[in-house]
Amino acid sequence: MRLTLASSLVASSLIASAALHAGAQQPPSKPAQPVATKPAPPRPPQPAASGETIAITGARIHPVSGPVIDKGTVVVSGGRILAVGSNVQVPAGARTIDAAGKVVTPGFLDSSTQVGIVEVSLSADGTADGASTEKGLSAAFNVVDAFNPNSTVLPVTRVEGVTRTVVMPAGTGHVLIGQAAVIDLSGAHAPASVHRTPAAMVALLGEAGAAVTGGSRASAMLRLRESLQDTRDYLANRAAYNTAQRRDYALSRLDLEALAPVVRGEVPLAIQANRASDLLAAMRLAEEYKLRLILVGASEGWMVADEIARHKVPVIVKPLTNLPNFDSLGATLENPGRLVKAGVDIALASFETHRSGTLRQEGGNAIAYGLDRGAALSAVTLGAARIWGVADRFGSIEPGKDADLVVWSGDPFELTTTAERVFIQGREMPKDTRQRQLLERYRDVKTMPRR
Amino acid sequence: MRLRVFRWGLSVAVVVAAAIAGERAASVQAVPQSTGTAAQAPKPANAYDSTYQPLPSRPTVIRNATILTAAGPAIERGAILLQDGRVTAVGQTVNAPADAVSIDAGGKWVTPGIIDTHSHLGVYPSPGVEAHQDGNEMSSPNTAEVSAEHSIWPQDPQFDLALAGGVTSMQLLPGSANLFGGRGVTVKNVPTRTPEGMKFPGAPYGLKMACGENPKRVYGQRNTAPSTRMGNVAGYRRAWQSAKEYRDRWRRWRDAGMDEEKRPDRNLQLETLAGVLDGEIRVHNHCYRADEMAIMINVAKEFGYKIASFHHAVEAYKVRDLLAENNICASMWSDWWGFKLEAFDGIQANIPLVHEAGACAIVHSDSADGIQRLNQEAAKSMRAGWEAGIKIDRVDAIRWLTINPARALGIDKWTGSLEQGKNADVVIWSGDPFSVYSRAEQVFIDGALVYDRNDASRQPRRDFTLGILPTGVGR
Repeated sequence: MRLTLASSLVASSLIASAALHAGAQQPPSKPAQPVATKPAPPRPPQPAASGETIAITGARIHPVSGPVIDKGTVVVSGGRILAVGSNVQVPAGARTIDAAGKVVTPGFLDSSTQVGIVEVSLSADGTADGASTEKGLSAAFNVVDAFNPNSTVLPVTRVEGVTRTVVMPAGTGHVLIGQAAVIDLSGAHAPASVHRTPAAMVALLGEAGAAVTGGSRASAMLRLRESLQDTRDYLANRAAYNTAQRRDYALSRLDLEALAPVVRGEVPLAIQANRASDLLAAMRLAEEYKLRLILVGASEGWMVADEIARHKVPVIVKPLTNLPNFDSLGATLENPGRLVKAGVDIALASFETHRSGTLRQEGGNAIAYGLDRGAALSAVTLGAARIWGVADRFGSIEPGKDADLVVWSGDPFELTTTAERVFIQGREMPKDTRQRQLLERYRDVKTMPRR
Repeated sequence: MRLRVFRWGLSVAVVVAAAIAGERAASVQAVPQSTGTAAQAPKPANAYDSTYQPLPSRPTVIRNATILTAAGPAIERGAILLQDGRVTAVGQTVNAPADAVSIDAGGKWVTPGIIDTHSHLGVYPSPGVEAHQDGNEMSSPNTAEVSAEHSIWPQDPQFDLALAGGVTSMQLLPGSANLFGGRGVTVKNVPTRTPEGMKFPGAPYGLKMACGENPKRVYGQRNTAPSTRMGNVAGYRRAWQSAKEYRDRWRRWRDAGMDEEKRPDRNLQLETLAGVLDGEIRVHNHCYRADEMAIMINVAKEFGYKIASFHHAVEAYKVRDLLAENNICASMWSDWWGFKLEAFDGIQANIPLVHEAGACAIVHSDSADGIQRLNQEAAKSMRAGWEAGIKIDRVDAIRWLTINPARALGIDKWTGSLEQGKNADVVIWSGDPFSVYSRAEQVFIDGALVYDRNDASRQPRRDFTLGILPTGVGR
């Protein structure tokens, strides 16, 4: 997929693409996830945060918040992490999971998907809620209102170790395309599965912004400024506006209200842009309006990495971005590594929906092209959680945090590694997926449905 | 196939671009008529034949590598000798001439060059702007007369990126908007000024056909046929019937003594289809659903042609017995699914299941990103196979990337495996090619070192990159 990140989000609903590590696995002697002989009917999601007490023992644990623990134990209770360490007592009555030789990490967070709001991207009316092209609707659009926890995409994604994601809007009606949210993939309905909303207000600059504002980057910036100025004016003159004593605004009342926490600096503005000049322009705008800024895409981020670091602006990157398009002639697989070396906080994103599970492949490639291994893990766990404002409950294996955990057969970033067990808020997720049921039906040629 | 889908989002622009491309095609000078054999329809003359010449090479011996030959078991700490563009020896040890360049590949892996059956490099180049949309001649559901070779921009920088991913050969195809999209052409991944300079000598043309949602959406939205799947099939059958009649017309003319006065009119569209009926052009059929693949097999039987490979084939696992029986390859993604309804039943074990059934399983890219990492796609599929309890290993998985695609493209007698006498299309990987951390370090095409990750002077850079990519952009 040649699309730049930002333009892929403009395309409706994201359809729009060293040394050998020592741990390359051989085929396991037994399949890691043995295929059941009879397909089970899909189970409805259980209530979140069961009280089960679980001890995962003998694993190599990456708490992310601290050093790696060899042969450690994690105890989970009431949906939270109770204890972690090398000398942790297993509480009486706990379900013990022997994870000797396994690797345990926090659940991964994919910093940009449309999981739960897009079932089938194209030509399947009513299944794709990620985008609105409606003119006159911009900032107020909130993905949470469309979130469907029963989507087939959730189980397919979480069996790859992704337990939370930032669900992004993808509209094309305005430079402001709406509000993103951090949701978990447990299958619980909103609001239980929603951990931050709005996690950010999303705006388009650069080529993508130009595409929705008549064809120029300059007009995109103008419309964004106009929106911010209108919001400030509206907030200072709300009463007058409501009695029709104030001039017209370019945005509707709903959109102005949605922008209020952004201009107050409470909700970050996530600007999608790639070209170095657009990234600098975004930072100037944020400085002028005293906004909290997150840069999304930033394929030329490395070219202005020192500026980004100086402004302390976090960046959401897709590591596998290197096609030279006019919006991103500087795109390189070394972008994540170079940003981190310059002191920039990053989080990784797949910018996928059905293939959000490729997040760890993105991370592995970022490592292969210079990103520090620990920084890569943080960029899909604690570091990402900090950027999106959910680090109080998520992102590391520490007592008191939500027990989002993955037991891996080996290096999580390696392609041949399996996510053997996935826990969200202390509850072990079923391995069942629609894909798995299809596999079971067609596993044996002799018993396949007749042709 | 998301790539094409997005481009249809720019439909007005794309149609304009397509119209321009058509104009250019019309200005190409008339092709001289070939004499051909008496029993066949006219063949294209040699005006567009390959002008490929191997790059200069030196005898090269690679030692101490783990070698996956795609023709037998792995060779640990093995050696391979490349001479005069060919593999002249491969095994535990080889006798190399004294003047051979010697590469100690201790800890590294050697495989055949990777081959992609499904690429749009050059016809949808980077930068991906409207002016570059040359892959879908969306002006009629049957454009069998067009050929991807007349859209290929050899300066597409994506060729360089694919080379850094170990890709030595690929088929460049028209898109899937049409029932008959036109001819595909197989190329060697070398820098050239002309498309003919890349063409794989002796490789047959492909014919791109497309099932399912794309043609019926593109033409249905214009209120023209096809607008349904049954309309698609009627379109194929009508065209094949015309092709049969066309071929018979030429046969009769030849049998009757080739009277110049009575020479049938040449029809470029039917000439391509007749080439398929004569077994000279290979059908590459974009088709997602199992039932549609079964129907296309029936259509092929009705008109007496062969399908070389289904492409995308996300439901190939449901008809893998049928594919094996009919000796049809399936070119597949590792894990693409759900981006449209006909891709909804995609499963990650698709490739290993097709392999297990004894059918010809291929990892393809259909993507300028994916083509850079086909080895990683194969690794994910191998893992999915393990999880499904399928007994496969790296010796199997390498075939999905090399000899099987070579077979689908009709170039397996020259490339696709490391065997004595074959083209020396070889990749040295920094480690296990199925690890996310391994990278192609050196790539040889016909024995010539075309890419070296550690030597900037051995990294082709297409014209477009000059003076516009920032310094230090890297890969």
